[in-house]
Amino acid sequence: MVWESSLPGSKASKSILYIPKNLKADKDDLILVYGKGSLNAVSGVDGEVLWKKDFSGESIEVSHIIQSSDVIYVTGFVDSSKISVYGLNAKNGELLENNHAALPFGTFGELLSVSGDMFVVLDEMRSKIVIVHLRNGEISYNQKHISDLTKDLAGQAVILPSRLPGMFALNINSYVLLIKVTNQGELVLVDKVNNGAAVSDSLSISEDEHAFAFVHYGDNKIHLSVKNVNDWNHDLLKESIVIDHQKGKIDKIFVNNYVRTDRSHGFRALMVMEDHSLLLVQQGEIVWSREDGLASVVDVTTSELPVQKEGVSVAKVEQNLFEWLKGHMLKLKGTLMIASPDDLAAIQALRLRSSEKSKMTRDHNGFRKLLIVLTRAGKVFALHTGDGRVVWSILLPSLHKSEACENPVGLHIYQWQVPHHHALDENPSVLVVGQCGPSLSTPAVLSFIDAYTGMELKSLSPAHTAAQVIPLPHTDSTEQRLHLIIDDKQHAYLYPRTPEAIDILKHEFSNVYWYSVDADNGVIRGHALKSNCIQEAVDEYCFDFRDLWSVVFPSESEKIIATMTRKSNEVVHTQAKVMTDYDVMYKYISKNLLFVANAAPKAAGEIGTVIPEEAWLVIYILDTVTGRILHRMTHHGCQGPVHAVFSENWVVYHYFNLRAHRYEMSVVEIYDQSRADNKDVWRFVLGKHNLTSPVSSYSRPEVIAKSQSYFFTHSVKAIEVTSTAKGITSKQLLIGTIGDQVLALDKRFLDPRRTVNPSQAEKEDGIIPLTDSLPIIPQSYITHALKVEGLRGIVTVPAKLESTSLVFAYGVDLFFTQIAPSRTYDSLTEDFSYALLLLTIVALVAAIFVTWVLSERKDLQDKWR
Amino acid sequence: MDKGKGVMGSNARRWAVDFSDNSTSPSSRDVPDPPGFSRASIDQDDSTLSRQKKDAESNWKSQKAWEVAQAPFKNLLMMGFMMWMAGSTVHLFSIGITFSALWQPISALQSVGKIFEPYKDSRVELLGPKLLFIALNLGGLALGVWKLNALGLLPTHTSDWVSSLPPAQEVEYSGGGLNLR
Repeated sequence: MVWESSLPGSKASKSILYIPKNLKADKDDLILVYGKGSLNAVSGVDGEVLWKKDFSGESIEVSHIIQSSDVIYVTGFVDSSKISVYGLNAKNGELLENNHAALPFGTFGELLSVSGDMFVVLDEMRSKIVIVHLRNGEISYNQKHISDLTKDLAGQAVILPSRLPGMFALNINSYVLLIKVTNQGELVLVDKVNNGAAVSDSLSISEDEHAFAFVHYGDNKIHLSVKNVNDWNHDLLKESIVIDHQKGKIDKIFVNNYVRTDRSHGFRALMVMEDHSLLLVQQGEIVWSREDGLASVVDVTTSELPVQKEGVSVAKVEQNLFEWLKGHMLKLKGTLMIASPDDLAAIQALRLRSSEKSKMTRDHNGFRKLLIVLTRAGKVFALHTGDGRVVWSILLPSLHKSEACENPVGLHIYQWQVPHHHALDENPSVLVVGQCGPSLSTPAVLSFIDAYTGMELKSLSPAHTAAQVIPLPHTDSTEQRLHLIIDDKQHAYLYPRTPEAIDILKHEFSNVYWYSVDADNGVIRGHALKSNCIQEAVDEYCFDFRDLWSVVFPSESEKIIATMTRKSNEVVHTQAKVMTDYDVMYKYISKNLLFVANAAPKAAGEIGTVIPEEAWLVIYILDTVTGRILHRMTHHGCQGPVHAVFSENWVVYHYFNLRAHRYEMSVVEIYDQSRADNKDVWRFVLGKHNLTSPVSSYSRPEVIAKSQSYFFTHSVKAIEVTSTAKGITSKQLLIGTIGDQVLALDKRFLDPRRTVNPSQAEKEDGIIPLTDSLPIIPQSYITHALKVEGLRGIVTVPAKLESTSLVFAYGVDLFFTQIAPSRTYDSLTEDFSYALLLLTIVALVAAIFVTWVLSERKDLQDKWR
Repeated sequence: MDKGKGVMGSNARRWAVDFSDNSTSPSSRDVPDPPGFSRASIDQDDSTLSRQKKDAESNWKSQKAWEVAQAPFKNLLMMGFMMWMAGSTVHLFSIGITFSALWQPISALQSVGKIFEPYKDSRVELLGPKLLFIALNLGGLALGVWKLNALGLLPTHTSDWVSSLPPAQEVEYSGGGLNLR
């Protein structure tokens, strides 16, 4: 890299990069960059900012930069109805002129540049086209009704953002109008394409020839045409292709040309599809395609694979036995190092085949699963954990743009139905929750998908919104999980909408609570189910809440920056933690705990913006049923961002210590003191204890918290903890580092019992001597040398084998592995030589027999002596 | 095993010498008795002879029984030494020693009757030795159990009972959090 410069600014704004032609300021090539509310002229030689003009004081929304000899014109709208132009001296940024022109109406959408100084924009009714002409900083405009261009079209028009010289494309209903702008500012309709999809930017193919591509649909095919901008009548290229229906519509198209052997121009087109996949089309064929939608994973869940149904035939077993023996003989040869290169190759092939990683059935160890991921494009993929292939994918029809639902987005994916009793004949299904737009007030979209086939079972577009989804710990008789969807008006809607679900909920009515975190106002509120909704339309699946408690943080000193709860499906093996002297500490294990991290309002921004005296971090552990604060702790001189993970009775969080100029990680463990007097052995022998009887948060058990902090070298993108089937295996923290790697760190390093000089007994118990920073052992990167580019999240899923946890890390890249935090103590390794074991046993049996015969013979001889 | 039996056969003896001579006449074959040999000593009064003999036997038996009863004491000392040598950490050696220390007294106690069988006599008081034997073996057993506890293999602590208890169920369920984005 030659240079890199960062341009500071205060206001968020659109970023524009403009490289003027033949413009030099003191022999430097200028690069004009508009961003964060100011225009910067950057030297192309060394990246130095030569001059800067700040527009953050003005209310202009800068949309274009144009150049006319030595004057730079910056144009944009003020309040969507006033065009403003600033003329700046390219050499020094001096303001030369400033012109305004107020339009008698508002505008819709962005100003599109048609040619050098000509722009088009729609009026706010979307019925007129406004042509804006900037001649040397002077603004003039004229307007034309769309109905003057074409009679028979009515509807909401949109200008497509394709840059074509002297032309622009307008989309009305399903028609695309290509309109030419003459030098006098007159509009001429060139063509009208039905079912038009996308228009590319123009591509200069020779001196004054510009080509562009557009696609339209017709009879289940996609028709790609490349035309010359000036010569409309004949096509440079016309091709039809068939594209997989699951890829949706074409969002964008880019063209690129090459010269064929006969010196004519050939074109290849890159298409960006609705599901964010890429296709390269050349000579009427898809040369390659990439599922780039997988780079924007929003949420992940897993599903088991189908159970293997058909019985294994005898012939197969026999063949398998022979193969098995042969394979093991080969492996034995390999172990004894007498294998030839051919044998070694055969062993390798055998290992690959016998690993059975990519089979489509459930395995005994539970390593094979389906990862079901929801992407930002609204497409759901099922990935096989064995080899990462896409098993099925579906572009959710319910997340398609429609009149009722303009900008649908998928938000979360939940396990809806996980059949255990009928695992052979019922398929699991997942629930995708989305909403019809970016704001919370848009209605929800629910979609149910079969996890084996990828078919959408049903979809609902309820009238209510989805602010929160609460999967309840109850399932109905078909093992569908009950979900409460809470809308922005604090009504809860029960799904599935069956009378049985209502019965189950009624049964648990007084035990279902809900809490809401209002980060803007610094309030956490607790609610309980009250009654059916009081509305005009009777809906027996709708419930009202009553407020129970609220925790209000002082807004002048604390601002909520992070919250974390335990995973609802986490399994805990034991409630006791045994100390070195056989003493017992009872873990306070509750699923209703919430970790909240609050920062000083001044220190809520980036690191380095405040001095340590102004920054503090306050952490709370709350009970979300009663609103009781179990633990509160202040870290002075510390600030966010806070990343936390909550598991069993502990929470680990990561933050920045301004005084030490280092990142820190802290651990807080909560213990239940009210159980601590359960010390009489005889009560346990006789079973007279109540440690396993159900507990209520209202019993307000006395708790104590132990904590410890350590320095940590890396900044962190995500923290997760391994989860295993029974919760026996020790835990590891999985830390997504800033270098896009995943580091596995034993929980033992974050243990409040660590002391500088642990006693012999403590050492035997595995307590590590206390150090001020956590070690980073290079071998414990579970990503090895790989990078998970743009890492955003880590998901862990237990395998059936207790020792093993499955880890899925997603970002732009996807990464999957299995880890065993305490090594695989419950299984033999894949390359374990059974043949060697068998051979040893046979040899031992033979040795026993031989020695027996020998001893008998010796006995006899002794008797004869 | 009775190998060689068939080779000779038990009755296929060809010759034999009988050294027993129960005759009371001084010289049955006209050979004088050797000097100092008195046939009269055998010809004592039958009843006194058998009583004396039985007394000696019972004395010997009770003496032997006491000896046998005291034998585990030595064993106990040796076990104690071995245990001390084995240390208090759980490994193959200490486990082996501890279990043998437990097994020996148990097997000895099981076969109390058999051990004292040879010394059974109507006139020998075996209760004392038996009780001592049992007491000593119980002591050995106690030593073994103590060792087992010292190794931490006995569930005498609360932690041994609690570790297997699953966490208590919760009555309430609470969900929620930040709004979906």
